[in-house]
Amino acid sequence: MSAAGQAEHQDHAHGHADHHGGGAHGSFKGYVTGFVLSVILTAIPFALVMGDVLGNVVWTTIIVLALAVVQIVVHMVYFLHMNTKSEGGWSILALIFTVTLVVITLTGSIWVMHHLNTNMMPMSPHDLLHHQP
Amino acid sequence: MMHGDTAPPGTEAPVFHESEEHPHEASTLLGFWIYLMSDCLIFTVLFATYAVLGRNYAAGPSPNDLFDLKLVAVNTAMLLFSSITYGFAMLEMENGQLKAMQLWLIVTGLFGAAFIGIELYEFSHLIHEGATPQRSAFLSSFFALVGTHGLHVTFGIVWLIVLLIQTAQRGLIPENKRRLLCLSMFWHFLDVVWIGVFTFVYLMGVLR
Repeated sequence: MSAAGQAEHQDHAHGHADHHGGGAHGSFKGYVTGFVLSVILTAIPFALVMGDVLGNVVWTTIIVLALAVVQIVVHMVYFLHMNTKSEGGWSILALIFTVTLVVITLTGSIWVMHHLNTNMMPMSPHDLLHHQP
Repeated sequence: MMHGDTAPPGTEAPVFHESEEHPHEASTLLGFWIYLMSDCLIFTVLFATYAVLGRNYAAGPSPNDLFDLKLVAVNTAMLLFSSITYGFAMLEMENGQLKAMQLWLIVTGLFGAAFIGIELYEFSHLIHEGATPQRSAFLSSFFALVGTHGLHVTFGIVWLIVLLIQTAQRGLIPENKRRLLCLSMFWHFLDVVWIGVFTFVYLMGVLR
């Protein structure tokens, strides 16, 4: 067997093993870890909001949003088995592209419509009184 | 090889054969992932719509009047349980345990059905109180977003039942494994979307 043939064979065997080892499959430990983390990351925001623990709307909102982002990452890693190597890096590339579009769409919509609301909404009678020339 | 005699001399007729299932399987999984990403964009647009219209109550009820966070917490638990039981089903599939895999799949389906049941109860309760999608822009965007997610879960359950039948008929053949992996991604993806829904719609709605 030539060296090239051997290399090719090893490469193929590696691809084979890679497919069954990583990619779409997880382990019992991985699923349980993801589940426990998710339960904690779900319980905290619900407790914060339902019990009004902080008594501060802005801080509660920021913490709740941050915990949601962390939990999404936990799900991606432990349940969807995302990593930089799955499908030869194409799935993470598709994910990055999608996240970019998601951020543009969400922040863009909120930003534009917020300005539209503050500038274009018909004013209330109270506002009209104060803005009379 | 049938066309071997018609090929010009000196060229070999191309031979197409699938030596292994795996390249096919990998491309299907990547393709399905790209579908999920496009589905993610659908949800993004619905989230953006809710973000823009979510405070337009039209003198109607606000999230504080309508949402029952205890019910949402139970619903979230249902979906989270269904995620880990689907994970266990995948581990049994890895081990080639058909019966155990089907059992976990049935448990997953029951949790999913419980989720849909609670959501339908919530919707009927809202509509009974007069908080219909026609009531205000907030309620239109709310029903559009949460309803789309609920429809996805419903179709996930239908798909799950189909795969239960297929695995019962054919066992854990490579094709069925591939389908189960696709549904696995679909199911976990819906749980990811639900994180956004309970955070952005329910928790932040009540916080206002």
